[in-house]
Amino acid sequence: MNTPEELRYAKSHEWTRIEGDGSVTIGITDYAQDQLGDVVFVELPAVGSNVEQGEQVAVIESVKTASDIYAPVAGEITAINNDLDAKPETINESPYEAGWLFKLVPVNAAELDALLDAASYLGSVAEE
Amino acid sequence: MRDIVGPMQRTPLHDKHVELGGRMVEFAGFEMPLHYQGGINHEHLAVRGGAGLFDVSHMGEIRVVGPEATSFMQYATLNDPGRLKVGRGQYNMLPNDRGGLVDDLYVYREADDDYLVVANAANTVAVFDHLKRLVDGREAHVLNESDRWSLLALQGPNSALILGRLLSDDLTDLKRNATLSAQLSGVPIKVSRTGYTGEDGFEIFCRPIDAAAVWDVLAAAGVTPCGLGSRDTLRLEAGFPLFGHELDESTNPLCTDFAWVVKDKPFHGREAMWQPSCRRRLAGVRMTERGIPRLGYKVVSEAGDTIGEVSSGTLSPLTRECIGFAWVDAEHAAEGAAVCVEIRGRPVPAEIVKPPFYKS
Repeated sequence: MNTPEELRYAKSHEWTRIEGDGSVTIGITDYAQDQLGDVVFVELPAVGSNVEQGEQVAVIESVKTASDIYAPVAGEITAINNDLDAKPETINESPYEAGWLFKLVPVNAAELDALLDAASYLGSVAEE
Repeated sequence: MRDIVGPMQRTPLHDKHVELGGRMVEFAGFEMPLHYQGGINHEHLAVRGGAGLFDVSHMGEIRVVGPEATSFMQYATLNDPGRLKVGRGQYNMLPNDRGGLVDDLYVYREADDDYLVVANAANTVAVFDHLKRLVDGREAHVLNESDRWSLLALQGPNSALILGRLLSDDLTDLKRNATLSAQLSGVPIKVSRTGYTGEDGFEIFCRPIDAAAVWDVLAAAGVTPCGLGSRDTLRLEAGFPLFGHELDESTNPLCTDFAWVVKDKPFHGREAMWQPSCRRRLAGVRMTERGIPRLGYKVVSEAGDTIGEVSSGTLSPLTRECIGFAWVDAEHAAEGAAVCVEIRGRPVPAEIVKPPFYKS
């Protein structure tokens, strides 16, 4: 199970990458895509919408089940990964790179600091 | 995917599934592989394009034997097992006394007075108890032989070629639903030309101690191991019902396209079942806009009234269509009718179709 050290994580299996311009990119972890199985649809939030921390903002549907995706931090959605429409399986193949879900500009630095590091995320997964 | 809780039963092939990287889940009290490393889609396509191998040892085997076995089986089941030639099987159903079903199953006639019933894993005990109760007073015995058998399903267009090469017997003349006894690498097996995928295929009965050897021989021949996930997508595509979804204790098969199973003869529970007015019918559903219909989702009319409920659904790995079954109010269940399926609060357009969704 791949869990990059440089990213930050939520217990609900979203990863967050802090970009150079202060925005964050969000996706789901390798563990999560493995649990889901083959992804077939992705419903992404609207660009420009403002979301709260913990708000359900996307849905990833696999052959087996549909899974809610939550915003790990509050902010304004600035971009969504339109490539996932035609190739949803990218989330399985490359959960941390090509399979990113959406980007947002965070409004609360404290929320970012409170996200889990790789070790803590793995610890929470072990307890599931 | 449910959490694995409590002690689960295992088939003799459990260690093999784990070795192969199977994602193990609970199903009907058994620990079974949902899929292996390739995933559900890969396994589904392997069956449609070549050959796949399923461990279905969790299913139940019940023997009904004795001088009155035939008349009993004619009374206890909906189809006509008494008309089977020895060495043949048939799809069948076990009625309860309330116009519904105990299980859907396969019945093989092994001798004039000797029948083997293959039941769904979740219903093995219920089927056994039911038959035992019903046979009381007749000259026949009902025996639960589930512990004596392992069952593997080899399915796909290449399965006859692959199995034929491995057996001491020729398979060309083995008809659909017919059985034969053979030796596979020195191991005694019983083969029936049956399956749950809509492809040509064989179900292989063997002793539990021989299951691993049978698996190994077939795997070495290049067959793809397949789990329960693809078993479900394949049967759905092929238009086969799953007990607990399309059929249950309250469903009347006369309200489905499987009404042909119900024969006009005396049978247990006939009064409650015969010629009902069907409030709802079992229909096929194909989404016309993107969305996966799932168990429990409402079917609504274009006007927005609830007219049915989805019993199974998936995205077909082969055709990429979103398909499923639903029990729909009879007046709305006509082929071609435009309906919607409510998916996460939103009505998504679909149409009523007649399964199968795919023909090999």
